[in-house]
Amino acid sequence: MKQTVKKSTWAVLLCVLALLAAVVVLENVLDPNKNIMVFAALKKGAVYALVAVSMNLLNGFTGLFSLGQAGFMLLGAYTYAILTIPAAQRDTVYYIYNGSAVNFSLPELFGGGTAGLVLGVLAALILGGCVAAAVAWLIGLPVLRLKSDYLAIATLGFGEIIRAVFQWDKLGPVTNGANALKSFPTFSSFNIQNAAGETVLRLSTFTAFLLAGICIAVIVLLINSTYGRAFKAIRDDEVAAEAMGINLSKHKRLAFVISSFFAGVGGGMFAMFANQAQAKTFTTAMTYEILLIVVIGGIGSVSGSCIAAFLYVAASEWWLRFLDAETFVGGVKVPLLRNGFRMVVFSVVIMIVVLFFRRGLMGDKELPDLFKKRRKGGAAK
Amino acid sequence: MSENVLKVENVTMQFGGVVAVDNLNLEVNKGEIVALIGPNGAGKTTAFNVITGVYQPTNGAVWFQGEKIVENHPQGKMKQQYKGGHAGEYTQALAPTPDKVTRLGMARTFQNIRLWKSQTVFDNVLIAKHCRAASNVFSATFRLNRKEEARQRENVLELLETVGLADVKDELATSLPYGKQRRLEIARALAAEPKLLLLDEPAAGMNPQETEELTAFIGEIRDRFQLTVFLIEHHMNLVMNISDRIYVLDFGKLIAQGDPAAIQNDKRVIEAYLGVSEDA
Repeated sequence: MKQTVKKSTWAVLLCVLALLAAVVVLENVLDPNKNIMVFAALKKGAVYALVAVSMNLLNGFTGLFSLGQAGFMLLGAYTYAILTIPAAQRDTVYYIYNGSAVNFSLPELFGGGTAGLVLGVLAALILGGCVAAAVAWLIGLPVLRLKSDYLAIATLGFGEIIRAVFQWDKLGPVTNGANALKSFPTFSSFNIQNAAGETVLRLSTFTAFLLAGICIAVIVLLINSTYGRAFKAIRDDEVAAEAMGINLSKHKRLAFVISSFFAGVGGGMFAMFANQAQAKTFTTAMTYEILLIVVIGGIGSVSGSCIAAFLYVAASEWWLRFLDAETFVGGVKVPLLRNGFRMVVFSVVIMIVVLFFRRGLMGDKELPDLFKKRRKGGAAK
Repeated sequence: MSENVLKVENVTMQFGGVVAVDNLNLEVNKGEIVALIGPNGAGKTTAFNVITGVYQPTNGAVWFQGEKIVENHPQGKMKQQYKGGHAGEYTQALAPTPDKVTRLGMARTFQNIRLWKSQTVFDNVLIAKHCRAASNVFSATFRLNRKEEARQRENVLELLETVGLADVKDELATSLPYGKQRRLEIARALAAEPKLLLLDEPAAGMNPQETEELTAFIGEIRDRFQLTVFLIEHHMNLVMNISDRIYVLDFGKLIAQGDPAAIQNDKRVIEAYLGVSEDA
């Protein structure tokens, strides 16, 4: 028994490493300028995979139906952006407010250069997670007394409030008001350039995958630890969990804080992906997108969330793009194809998927559980 | 004093105008098997819920191993509504949550089985070990608690072997036959390392043979784990066979107490169970 568990762990680890290697190879073989969609989908997929897994930790493993994910992402994204915009760029970015209230930049504090960049970005991402976690800790006490739908509504409201607060003019010198924060290091900053400024090794997509992979791995470790088991017990039967000595409020809060931490990190990564951070992008619709990914992937399945994140992003951003363009076949205009039609087809596809996979693509199983039956690609992480 | 594991003192539980448990006094001594019986709706499970922290009593106190763990007095609107006795004798409001009571050393099972349905037999028992884990979330996530985890798993395996569920340890808890689910629930409670085991109708829905097995099983675990057992039961065979002492509740009031022989011949108990005709 123990032996087989070990084996599958190694297999998963190998798959993940192979996937990371494949990403590096793909990125350096394909011309990114001709395949913008592919790499955008991969990066966004990696970010969404992380956020979806963090949401799954709460919704799927602890049984707390929370819809605050976009709000926590926003906190992470802004923290990341505010802490990493180079000091020299601050006046340009904050031109409306005559400069920024925060006049340092973490990558520069760490001495600049490659080491400064890596350390600064990591520190800013982690701090972004910490800010989200701290806020989750504060609102967790009142909010987590609520159950199911009521909790969802309360957290949804929280997301809206956060978005409004960050657009508040008075906070302009810090948040840049309703304007976007930009000029901070993005995934592309991790491409390695030679002295002449030519890119010799592209690592931008790899960076996204690596960061998301590490975070997801930590979440998986947590889920399989004694605390993860306690979370599942709360999901399955709260009364029994409490009777068996599991402190409900402490453990729910813990799950909420950890989930928010990773949502915050995911938010920072989203800012890196989007090259900018702006409060109006972190809407409730974004939370729903992530919820959709969790549901399609399977509530209670980490690998399901990962697979669904990539499928969802690829389908909505890339594969169905052709539906948006007016197309002429033999001089005749194809009916229906016009801007926006993509989303109509996409919604239908999602309805069909949900109809045929009632418990999501993976149910509550993980990829290794399916290994014996069929070798599905390691698209997990 | 030290012999006294559980002491329920003047406990009244009133819901609105309904007095579910009325001035209940009982004691359970170390190593005993004590039963609480009574007709349906007599307030047995309510008494259990007060002891384990699910409900806070309206008035009264509960002592566990010589320590007062629960105490309350009528508050707010209840001050006017309160119908029980001993008002004003209690002044504190002590209300531990059920998980705290469990960590103090009191574990229970439920009348309608409450296993964690999506978990295996092994995991069901392992999760109950969580409350005894010393590791924090960080050390648990990064596997710095290997030793503790390994020891927990070993303990759980041992426990499953003791209760005879080792052969089904990897099956889903809900796929077990009814009798074994009951047994698993007891094993899960034992995993929390209790001093006092509370069983809420452990033989509910069991046939005579299963009941007999269960009777032997309860005696066995009492001896093996040096437990004190307090149980609610309807199966008189079981109760009379294993109980050292019995308390009888009717309409929330204690109507009799004593050893099985005395209870069997108690007039009020017979009345409560069989009813008396109007013109008698």
